[in-house]
Amino acid sequence: MSPAPDPEPIVRVEGLVAGYDGNILLQNVSFTVNRGEVFVILGGSGCGKSTLLKHMIGLYQPIAGKVLIDGDDIVTAEGAARRAILTKIGVMYQSGALFGSMTLLENVRLPLEEYTVLDQDAMDLIARMKLKLVGLEGFAGHIPSEISGGMQKRAAIARAMALDPGILFLDEPSAGLDPITSAELDALIRRLAGSLHITFVIVTHELPSIYAISDRVIMLDKRAKGIIAEGDPKLLRDTSDNPWVRQFFRREAELAPEAA
Amino acid sequence: MTAVASEPSAKAAAGLALADAADGGRLLTFSGRLDSYSIAGVWREARAAAAAAPNRRIVIDASAVDYCDGGGVAMLVDLLRQPRPADAPISVRGLKPQFKTLLDQFDPHAFEAPAAPPPPQTRTVEEIGRGASQLFRDMRTQIAFIGETTGALWFALTHPQRVRWKDVWYECEQVGANALPIVTLISFLLGVILAFQAAVPMRQFGAEIFVADLVGLAIIRELGGLMTAILLAGRSGAAFAAEIGTMKVNEELNALTTMGLDPVRFLVVTRIIAAILMVPLLSLYANLVGVLAGGLTMLSFNIPLVTYLKEVDSAVDLKDLFAGMVKTPVFAVLIAGIGCLRGLQTQTGASGVGISATRAVVSGIVLLVAVDGIFAVIYYILDI
Repeated sequence: MSPAPDPEPIVRVEGLVAGYDGNILLQNVSFTVNRGEVFVILGGSGCGKSTLLKHMIGLYQPIAGKVLIDGDDIVTAEGAARRAILTKIGVMYQSGALFGSMTLLENVRLPLEEYTVLDQDAMDLIARMKLKLVGLEGFAGHIPSEISGGMQKRAAIARAMALDPGILFLDEPSAGLDPITSAELDALIRRLAGSLHITFVIVTHELPSIYAISDRVIMLDKRAKGIIAEGDPKLLRDTSDNPWVRQFFRREAELAPEAA
Repeated sequence: MTAVASEPSAKAAAGLALADAADGGRLLTFSGRLDSYSIAGVWREARAAAAAAPNRRIVIDASAVDYCDGGGVAMLVDLLRQPRPADAPISVRGLKPQFKTLLDQFDPHAFEAPAAPPPPQTRTVEEIGRGASQLFRDMRTQIAFIGETTGALWFALTHPQRVRWKDVWYECEQVGANALPIVTLISFLLGVILAFQAAVPMRQFGAEIFVADLVGLAIIRELGGLMTAILLAGRSGAAFAAEIGTMKVNEELNALTTMGLDPVRFLVVTRIIAAILMVPLLSLYANLVGVLAGGLTMLSFNIPLVTYLKEVDSAVDLKDLFAGMVKTPVFAVLIAGIGCLRGLQTQTGASGVGISATRAVVSGIVLLVAVDGIFAVIYYILDI
């Protein structure tokens, strides 16, 4: 679970300022994610975790700052350059966002159809192998509404991996799942990170998941409008100087949050 | 199955070299970068080479492969899964350990091509039966919906304080006020086109003035109300279906039901009341715009507006206005009712909402025209 001995930054966020309608939500946020690590963005509700993620994957345009994916700035990239960056990342949305009218196989095959010139049966084989990796090989012909929420999330991970991107962004992967399914998903993420060397950037506030999967975390805070802690979650829980950070990790109530 | 530490910075394209091995086998030497973007050509070549040597041992030499992701591994799995005689197997050698780890995660024979599905059989009798059954279910649903809606409307009539008037006024704005620009445009163009198309041939007989009779009667008795209703079926009927359909997909209707609130009373009644209030007003407005547009057109045929309007006045009486306007509340119920019904019938998923909106518009327009025909027959019998 420890990061690579010689960390190589693959995602770099520099001086990101984000907000809506004149309200600044994140002020001057900077951090790096290293190749091969499971990196978790956490924080209380409304602190801007998902907003930060959406800026990192290029869905939202920041007010200022850069998001470098493998050295290329997704904020300013356009056209073919942007498409090239997007093939390096895969995204799993909170709801799974599978296409409801397609089978799981068709969902996973879609990026291959759009980005490669492989034969149909070759794309089918790749899609089936991705579904096998997430334990859904027997459900290739099902449509999303026929499977459970946890299975939908796993299928969404398979789709995000269709083009073998180096980085996977997961938005609240454990949200709404029962503890067993959530633990299974955590195990899947660790297995994929370990065996396939995928870099994971995960937004979550599920503490068991954070302890189980993360190599490193950053913690956002609504009042600070940015990062108030960064590092190993267990160390932060035990040694952080910030009472709000300790409170968060220990799931304690009634302590007024204070910005670092 | 992704970028690993040994990934080269320079992206060498996938390569394949074919050769005969000393032991009589066939050697397939892959080189460069095996990823989903670059392997399409070598994949086809390798399969063809394996198929062309069905009784020879095939060795895949991957020692010159710099990079191999899920796509490359899939290609190797595909080659390894090909059915071969026991004395002519396919094997892989020289694959770098980090890529071999990926390959070892899959049992190639677990991915043997699924059997082709049986050809679809057309069972005509079964299809007719299914169609009839579906039609019957659809009719039953519609009758039940009409019953529920009638009951809910009666309840609203007898208990007006229980009607959600705030929602009604909001829907009035959506259905009525916001539709004014499109109703204005279409009615105006309708009046212009009708007048112009009639005036050109009638001028040959010196009968341009009777264009006023034609435009007045056609718009006030028939077209003003019908065109407004068709416009609203496309605009508001589809909106009702999509809105309620999305609520159903998001389980908002289930939430209403479990809160003890009847979705028909909560969602359908307010929309039907709004439509009943707005469609007659919009139709009246469309009549006015259409008739005036005809008058403006006739100015170019040297018929003054006053003369045109006096002719309209003499040709059209209150009975005609009544005949045109009495249909409009019925149209309103049809538009809103069909839109809401299709919304309530929405199946799961985004496509379900789209299908509901389409069905709302199509069945709404068909029903509008059919009901307008029924009114025409009734008026003929009653000599209205």
